[in-house]
Amino acid sequence: MSGDFRANACVARTAVPVLAIAPFRAAIIEQTRGGALLAALFGVPHESALRLHAVLAQPTAGTLTLLCADVVQEYPALTPECMPAHWFERELWEQWRVLPVGHPWLKPIRFQPARTADAPMPAPIGCTEFFAVAGGETHEVAVGPVHAGIIEPGHFRFQCYGEQVLHLEISLGYQHRGIERAVAGGPTARTIHHMETLAGDTTIGHTLAYVQACEALAECRVPPRAQALRAIALELERLANHTGDIGALAGDIGYLPTAAYCGRIRGDFLNMTALLCGNRFGRGLVRPGGVLFDLDDERRTQLAQRLRQAERDVRVATQLLWTTPSVLARFEGTGTLTRAQCEQLGVVGVAARASGIINDVRGDFPAGWYCQEHVSPASCDTGDVYARAMVRLLEIQHALLFIHCVLAALPKGPITTTCGPRGAARQVVSLVEGWRGMICHVALTDAAGQFAAYKIIDPSFHNWMGLALAMRGQQISDFPLCNKSFNLSYCGHDL
Amino acid sequence: MPAAMQIGMQALLVLTALACAPLLPGIIVKVKAAFAGRRGAPLLQTYFDVWKLLRKGAVYSRTTSWVFVTGPVLTLAAVTVALLCVPWAGGPALVAFPGDFVFLAYALGMARFMTMVAALDTGSSFEGMGASREAWFAVSAEPALIVCFLALARASGAASMSGMMSSGAAGTAQLVFAVHLLVAAALFVLALADNARIPVDDPTTHLELTMIHEVMVLDHSGPDFGMIQYAATVKLWLFGGLIVNVICMPWLPAHMLARTAALLGGMLLYAVVIGVVESSMARLRLVRVPQLLVGAAALGALAFLLTLGH
Repeated sequence: MSGDFRANACVARTAVPVLAIAPFRAAIIEQTRGGALLAALFGVPHESALRLHAVLAQPTAGTLTLLCADVVQEYPALTPECMPAHWFERELWEQWRVLPVGHPWLKPIRFQPARTADAPMPAPIGCTEFFAVAGGETHEVAVGPVHAGIIEPGHFRFQCYGEQVLHLEISLGYQHRGIERAVAGGPTARTIHHMETLAGDTTIGHTLAYVQACEALAECRVPPRAQALRAIALELERLANHTGDIGALAGDIGYLPTAAYCGRIRGDFLNMTALLCGNRFGRGLVRPGGVLFDLDDERRTQLAQRLRQAERDVRVATQLLWTTPSVLARFEGTGTLTRAQCEQLGVVGVAARASGIINDVRGDFPAGWYCQEHVSPASCDTGDVYARAMVRLLEIQHALLFIHCVLAALPKGPITTTCGPRGAARQVVSLVEGWRGMICHVALTDAAGQFAAYKIIDPSFHNWMGLALAMRGQQISDFPLCNKSFNLSYCGHDL
Repeated sequence: MPAAMQIGMQALLVLTALACAPLLPGIIVKVKAAFAGRRGAPLLQTYFDVWKLLRKGAVYSRTTSWVFVTGPVLTLAAVTVALLCVPWAGGPALVAFPGDFVFLAYALGMARFMTMVAALDTGSSFEGMGASREAWFAVSAEPALIVCFLALARASGAASMSGMMSSGAAGTAQLVFAVHLLVAAALFVLALADNARIPVDDPTTHLELTMIHEVMVLDHSGPDFGMIQYAATVKLWLFGGLIVNVICMPWLPAHMLARTAALLGGMLLYAVVIGVVESSMARLRLVRVPQLLVGAAALGALAFLLTLGH
C-alpha cells in the first residue's frame, strides 16, 4: 500500500498513495517504531484541503516510503505516539493553521505568518509561553537571542536548580528568511543562490540536495567526473566543519593548543575548496547538470599534497586533545543522549552516530560518486560530548581516505551536461549526508514542471530537541560545550 | 638598613606593584600566544584597555543602586590596602602587626564581597550565578589561605607576615624549606582560583554561562570597568609577591638590590608559569573546583603538620 520508493529518483505525483488520516497515522507510527526516520512531514494545499506529505526513510533497506493524506482544519496529532513528528506538527500548525489535536506543546517554531489567507500577524519572535519550574530555590536563566560570541541568534530558556539544569527550552525563528516560499514557483535564477546560502556552512550539502532533485526531475545523468568532484567538495566541507568543531570544543573548555591549531587547519580545508572552485565555501561549484570548475592535473596534485599536510596537522592537534586527561574529564559523561532517546526523537547525523545508531545517507541511500566509492560510517556508543567529538574525528579520517581514493581514480570526461526541462507533476526526495547529518529536499512539480512546493529539512530540524534533552540534569556551565558538540544550524532550521 | 630607607624602599615597591601589575596579563597572553603559534596582543594591552576605559562614560542599569557604583571603587581600595601589608622583597611591610595575615585575608575578602554585591545589585541571572559561584569557591579558598599562613607562622615563630617572609626567618632547618615549598604550591593554586585563571575560570572565554569572575562584572562599563580590570591585575601581582616571598626571601642575603631583583625575576617567572598552565590544560568542570581548592588547603595543612615537630 505504502509502496517502496527510491531516494533521488522522481515519480509521478499520482503514484504516491493518498490515504485516509487513520491509516496514514498508523503507517507512520508503525514504521518509525520499526526504525524508519521521519525525513519529512509537510503540507501542500490541495483543492480545499491540506495534503500532508510524509517521507519515511528506511536506512536498512535503503528505500523510502511516501505517503499522503488530506486533512481539513484538524486531525489527530501524531506526536503523542510518534515523537519525531513533534517539531513537524508544530510547523504544520504554524504554516497552515491545521490543528494537530492532542499535540502536547503546540507553539510556533519560527514565528512566521501562516501561509493561509487572512492569517493573523504572528507574535514577535520569542514571545511565547515557556515551561516554567516553580519554587523558591529554582531560578530561570534566559540566554540570547543576542549572544556574546559571533554566532547566530537563538533564545535558550533554562530552568535551573542551582547549577543543575532541570529543563531547557529552545526558541528559534530569528533567521527566518522565507526560503521555501521564495523557491516555490521556481526555479528562477535566484534559486541556486538561495540554496547556496541556506546554511552558509553547508553550502555544498544543500546545493547538492537541490541539484540532485533538479536532475532527477529532468532525468539528467551527471557525468562521472562531475559526480566525483561533487563528492570531493562535500567531503572537504565535512573536513572543514568537523575540524573547526573539534577546535571549538577545545576552545570551550579553555584548551588552547587544539583550539588554535584546529582553527587554522579548518582554514586550510576551506582553502582547498577554494582551490577547487575559487570560493572557500564552495559557492558557484555545484550546478544542475554537473559542476562549473574542473580540477586540472596540477591542482589535483596540489590538492593531494595539501590534504596530506592537513592530515598530519590534524593528527597532531587531535592527539594532543585526546591525550590530555583534563580534556577527557570534561568530555566524558557530559551531555549524554542515549540511543533510546535518539530513536524516540528521530535524531540524525553525528549526534545519532555518537549514540550508536549507524545511519549514514552516504551508505544507506548512496547517490552520485558514493555509489562507486564507499565511506565507512563512523560511530561511537556513549552518546556524550566525547562520543560526538570521536565521531567527528573518525569521519575526518574516513573523509581524508575517501578523497585520496577519488583523486587517485578521478574519471575523465566532461564536467557538465545539460539539465533539461523538469517533468510535469512529478515528485522527488533528494537525500544528502551533509556534515551535520541527513539533508532532505522534497520537490513537487506542477503541470509546467515548476516547483509546486519545495520542502527543505536541515538535520538541525531533527536535532534541536536532542540538545534540549541532552542538557537535562547537566550543569548549566556545561551548556556551551554540549551545544558545540551538536553545533546545529539556526538558519538551516529557520529557513 | 636605616628604618627610613626601609620604609622608602617598601613604598617604592608598592608603587612598582601599582605601576607594573598590568604587565602580568600581557606576559601571560604572550606565553599563551607562543603556545598557540600566534603573535598575541601587545605586552602593554592591559594599560591601553584601562586607559581607554577610564576615558569612557559609564552606563548604569535602572535596576542598580549606589552599591553597584561603589563596588569597583571599594574593590580597588581593598586590594590596594592589601598591598601595603605585604613585606615586599622580604623587608618589613609598611603595615605590619601581629596577625596581619588575617587582615590581608579579610582585605581580599572585602574586595571579593564588594564585587559580589555589585553583581547581585544588577538583578541579572547571569551575575547572580557568577556571584553564587564566587561565594561557593571562596568558602574553600579562604580557609586554605589562612592555613597556609598558620603554617608559615609556626615555622618562623612570627605572627606577622613581615616576620614569616623576611630574610633569616628560615634558619637552617630543611623542614622549614619543605613547609615553604608546600605553602608556595598551595598559594599558587589559590592565585589561579582567586584571579580567575585556568583551570578554575577562563579569562578569555565569551561564554557567559561558564564564567565566574567575568560574568560578575558584565554590567560594569567605562571607568568602573577600568578599575575592576586594574584591581584584578593588582591582585594577581599581590599573589605573585606572596609566592616569591615564600619561596625566595628567607634564604636570600639581606641585600636589597639582590632581593628586589629576585622579586621582579620571580614575578616574571610567575606570569610565565601561569601562561604555561593555561596553555597545557583544560578548565575543570565547575563542580570539581572545590576539590582543587580543598587540595590546596590540604597542602597548607600538611605544611602545618610538619611544623608541629619543629
